[in-house]
Amino acid sequence: MKHTLSLTALALTALPAFADESEYMPPVSDPVALAECSECHMAYPAGFLPQRSWSRIMATLEDHFGEDASLDADTSARIETYLTGNAADAGGRSSGLLYGVAATDTPLRISDMPWFRAEHDGEVSAHRLRKAGSISNCAACHRGAERGSFED
Amino acid sequence: MKHVLTLTALLLAQPALAQDTSPQDLIALYGAQSGAPPAPDAGRALFLSDQTGGKPDTPSCTTCHSADPTRAGQARTGKAIAPMAPRVAPERFTDQKFVEKWFGRNCNSVLGRPCTAQEKADIISWLNSL
Repeated sequence: MKHTLSLTALALTALPAFADESEYMPPVSDPVALAECSECHMAYPAGFLPQRSWSRIMATLEDHFGEDASLDADTSARIETYLTGNAADAGGRSSGLLYGVAATDTPLRISDMPWFRAEHDGEVSAHRLRKAGSISNCAACHRGAERGSFED
Repeated sequence: MKHVLTLTALLLAQPALAQDTSPQDLIALYGAQSGAPPAPDAGRALFLSDQTGGKPDTPSCTTCHSADPTRAGQARTGKAIAPMAPRVAPERFTDQKFVEKWFGRNCNSVLGRPCTAQEKADIISWLNSL
């Protein structure tokens, strides 16, 4: 079944990489990005946001969603290179995950992306959200999240 | 090969601690910088206090670290944070760069300014006494 789905995904190249059928997104593979970005939350896959979002996030680490997450300049530059190089729109690629995101818009939270809202709004009970602690805690519900598997 | 890579990635996901210092060394270092003896009680008071000078979501060290540093805390993201007391978390205060990175971030988040050497010595000496 899984292979069939992978083949389908491959055949329909116009579909987003994160098609409903596969629910797979390559996890962060750069060891520095992985180590630094996973200290407070899981290292979110670069493919979930466009390049401009990652650049903005890396430029505003001193106020990172209400906390100072500053890095030294070398580490920060390396991580930004990795994230933008693997972003949803890296290499001019078009990803279905950017559907509904205006070119002038720079989303900073993956949980604000239209695809995320479509997948989660009304799907996550108050109880599950409380147990997870935050909507940003993917692995609370998606056990394989850190391996790139976002099946329910 | 893929499994080897996955395993490596998992191992690297843990902060690679340099093991280049110890709580005692850091207390001595910061104590020497401040010129005053470390005061564990002052460290305790600072750690448990509520502040207004920093970012509104993080009024205290205890916002994320437990008020009992021998227990795990929880980041605002829901992710667990290992206890801060070296007695129960021996990896704490063994990597100077890591310690400086986090004092830098968290003092700014909570206090809105860097911690002084005195405050760092006080806090570590309290945590190390638990």
